[in-house]
Amino acid sequence: MTGSNEPHGGHDHSHNDFQPDIKEPTENWEFLEIALRELLVDKGVLSAREIQDEIETWEKKSPEKGAEIVAKAWVDEKFKARLLEDANQTIREFGIEVEVLKMVALENTPELHHVVVCTLCSCYPRPILGVPPLWYKSKQYRSRVIREPRAVLQEFGTTLSDDTEIRVVDSTADCRYLVIPTRPVGTEKMTETELAKLITRDSMIGTAQARDPIGKRS
Amino acid sequence: MSDQFKVGSKVRITNAYPPGHIRTPFFLRGKEGLIIRHFGKYPNPERLAYGLNGLPKLNLYQVLFDMETTWQGDGSFSSKDTLTADIYETWLELI
Repeated sequence: MTGSNEPHGGHDHSHNDFQPDIKEPTENWEFLEIALRELLVDKGVLSAREIQDEIETWEKKSPEKGAEIVAKAWVDEKFKARLLEDANQTIREFGIEVEVLKMVALENTPELHHVVVCTLCSCYPRPILGVPPLWYKSKQYRSRVIREPRAVLQEFGTTLSDDTEIRVVDSTADCRYLVIPTRPVGTEKMTETELAKLITRDSMIGTAQARDPIGKRS
Repeated sequence: MSDQFKVGSKVRITNAYPPGHIRTPFFLRGKEGLIIRHFGKYPNPERLAYGLNGLPKLNLYQVLFDMETTWQGDGSFSSKDTLTADIYETWLELI
């Protein structure tokens, strides 16, 4: 340690010991985003407030909505059938309107386990699950899960039998996929609200199973 | 013709590398798969990316690939494991 980092004046912590500030923009795409945003505001196409409101709207969406939908699919076979048949139409009942994209629900079973990725970018069912986790957008996840799904799932703490087909679903186009995880055993008497608490974000991406009734995973 | 492909058709992904905005992953070019779902018609993203209207719309299919064949055994998967991608009709060839 040198100079200003040394202990002084009777207390012994470093004054450089604080969390660094958010990084200043350095990349071309960051400058492009700033320039575009400022132009839109300057030319009156959008106001700064409208842009912030839109960001807030998206950040407010959360996987809890997805969990509500999956819980209903677990308890209501007819609802599940409709969800699998036409997810866009069915999620309207939960107040979610998706017009341009095709929402697709995939059912996990002991025989077939879906796990979703977007190898091209970071396509994600945002209207249902909110903003994707950082790892979902990482090159590591995107390049590895398509080639070594069992190793990747293991790192998520998910071990599946060799008798289960793992189907990695690459959302390369206009579809956004929601996984309906397998309903854990021992949950027969639970209410929809109780069930929803077992349905985690990762279980709706397919990197994990739903929690079991005592909060663990099978 | 839009009826060229059906659920159950065996297809090969075109093994081509044109420049531009393309939504067919590199790792699937030239690979063989099976159409398992038809999603309907969607604007062509290769045109949308350049400010065009994306018309005519293209049929979009979910294509299923066997992991073992796709990766020629090199990976971490079991013999039953598969992967799917959503591919526009212009990238599909019947086999």
